[in-house]
Amino acid sequence: MATRPEKEKKPGESGKEDAIEVMATVIEPLPNAMFRVELENKHQVLAHISGKMRKNFIRILAGDRVAVELSPYDLTRGRIVYRYK
Amino acid sequence: MVICKSPAELEKMHRAGLIVWGALEKMRAMIRPGITTMELDQFAEAYTAEHKARPAFKGYRGYPGSVCTSINQEVVHGIPSASRRIKEGDILSMDFGVELEGYFGDAALTVPVGKIAPGREKLLRVTRESLDHAIDKVRPGNRLGDVSAAVQRWVETNGFSVVREFVGHGIGTKMHEEPQVPNYGPAGQGPKLQEGMVLAIEPMVNTGGPAVRVLDDDWTAVTADGSDSAHFEHTVAVTSNGPWILTRPKDVTGPCW
Repeated sequence: MATRPEKEKKPGESGKEDAIEVMATVIEPLPNAMFRVELENKHQVLAHISGKMRKNFIRILAGDRVAVELSPYDLTRGRIVYRYK
Repeated sequence: MVICKSPAELEKMHRAGLIVWGALEKMRAMIRPGITTMELDQFAEAYTAEHKARPAFKGYRGYPGSVCTSINQEVVHGIPSASRRIKEGDILSMDFGVELEGYFGDAALTVPVGKIAPGREKLLRVTRESLDHAIDKVRPGNRLGDVSAAVQRWVETNGFSVVREFVGHGIGTKMHEEPQVPNYGPAGQGPKLQEGMVLAIEPMVNTGGPAVRVLDDDWTAVTADGSDSAHFEHTVAVTSNGPWILTRPKDVTGPCW
């Protein structure tokens, strides 16, 4: 009996499944392309810029609205995957 | 994780495989116009019980039958039915698996019903040959991609297409284990084959495009364009002597079906 192949990744996803995507606001830039961001639930987490954004030189400043992916295993760190205009 | 089996485990899987082979060979002999797919299902169930095994498909994710019977444009997972009679000129795929003492065997073949059109004959031949080519790649040190590519190359050079939405699988103490065994893809890639790995290789080949869709019964897969489809399968172990087809007796040689 044949089986169905596992679902393929959607092109837009950054490869890490199960990530929780949330809105956040940038508080302050830190060295090494890291940022302290505040989530909508007022938690502050350390987030780095996704490789795709870094490659395309998306600049992020304090006060920007961004989308952050959080791993369910470590909720104190995240990845910025989108900067809203 | 691909689980490697010990020689003793392979012997157990071979015993399960022989029941699968025996049932399929007997069913092949039963094929004639007018028989219903339910009769084949009932025969397989009785044969399995007689050999103290359990039909592996029955109840698997809610599958109602013991056999999958897929006619003409049906690719795989056709549900046996008392109202479905096979006709002269049809091609019928029979897919069957059993569990014996915790170990599984899984095999399938597509048979002609009476006299069939030359195009259908070619489809059956090419699909069976693609499985022969794939089995020949089941050797330690080869990669899984070599098996997949062998199917795809043979099928596509003969002008047919390979179904993507369903794949073969590892098999052992569960019917579906790692790895997935696609019937397409580049050679030289994927996990290295090691002694003791067991693969259920099952090319599904369409005369038209590769696309399939699943009917409302949630099981029967048919070709999207209504073209014919064939399906052959064996459970094959990797050994230092090369491929060992677990779903047929050791003294049977030649083409895989």
